[in-house]
Amino acid sequence: MATQGAIVVDKERCKGCGVCVVNCPTEAIALSHEVNGKGYNFLSLVNPEKCIGCANCATVCPDSVITVYRVKI
Amino acid sequence: MDINEIIKPENKVYGKTPILKDNILHYCPGCSHGVVHKIIAEVIEEMGIQDKTIGISPVGCSVFAYNYLDIDWQQAAHGRAPALATATKRLMPDKYVFTYQGDGDLASIGTAEVMHACNRGENIVIIFINNAIYGMTGGQMAPTTLLGQVTATTPYGRKAELNGYPLKITELIAQLEGTCYVTRQSVQNPAAVRKTKKAIRKAFENSMMKKGTSFVEVVSTCNSGWKVPPVQANKWMEENMFPFYPLGDMKDR
Repeated sequence: MATQGAIVVDKERCKGCGVCVVNCPTEAIALSHEVNGKGYNFLSLVNPEKCIGCANCATVCPDSVITVYRVKI
Repeated sequence: MDINEIIKPENKVYGKTPILKDNILHYCPGCSHGVVHKIIAEVIEEMGIQDKTIGISPVGCSVFAYNYLDIDWQQAAHGRAPALATATKRLMPDKYVFTYQGDGDLASIGTAEVMHACNRGENIVIIFINNAIYGMTGGQMAPTTLLGQVTATTPYGRKAELNGYPLKITELIAQLEGTCYVTRQSVQNPAAVRKTKKAIRKAFENSMMKKGTSFVEVVSTCNSGWKVPPVQANKWMEENMFPFYPLGDMKDR
């Protein structure tokens, strides 16, 4: 069954480690070119249409900055 | 579908557990400590034991674990977390007591405490974070450092004739009669995180069944100590740590 997902990133807590990016199966996320208050390139959802809401990124996130939403379509 | 239609409370599938406080973790970007903290918090939330859990934090990077998990904590002298956990569990047998220790704490200065606590079969959970280096103090050689691994105190790589051999503490623990569950896990990808979570949950459940000590080793990264970026650190761990520290259950009874 097809699912569509979306993530919300707490960008001030994100440290831009990039562990989530390599674990995303659909290349929906990437580190942003902008930086947060601490100077880290925070995570952003660059291809929202590709996100399936699998929660892989949030599972491996060391700082628990990602909240995942998913709907069936 | 528009992203704002998806982001609604009823569609939420994963988020930060309320057991984790809002403090920003002081760990370096990509540090495995954060993932293990999160897993423990999720296990405590799922089991509904927030008011019945006492953690013992060690000396090392994770000394501030008490700032992040909203449970009761004690802080032990260097390496002495199993001794403090023994006392806590014996005085309050209805509480879930766990220690959270790194390799510098557990495998070096605290070897005697952990060996004897496991040998006595105390009904506690020991969570052992093995990143093969002293992270907090600047990346010196730990007992678990691999042969040939470059650290601040072994700039030409660890040599057996000079520094001895890496210590497989989990294998030693598995031989002790007092332990009921001894396992080695990791947290570099989602599958590994789920397995580790299952192992930690099982360890917590064992501690209430009076079966003995449960020991969960988590092979981890220290990208600052190893001097590699987080993603490459995970890769380095898979290529170099896993052959020497093979994952899996060593004992389960």
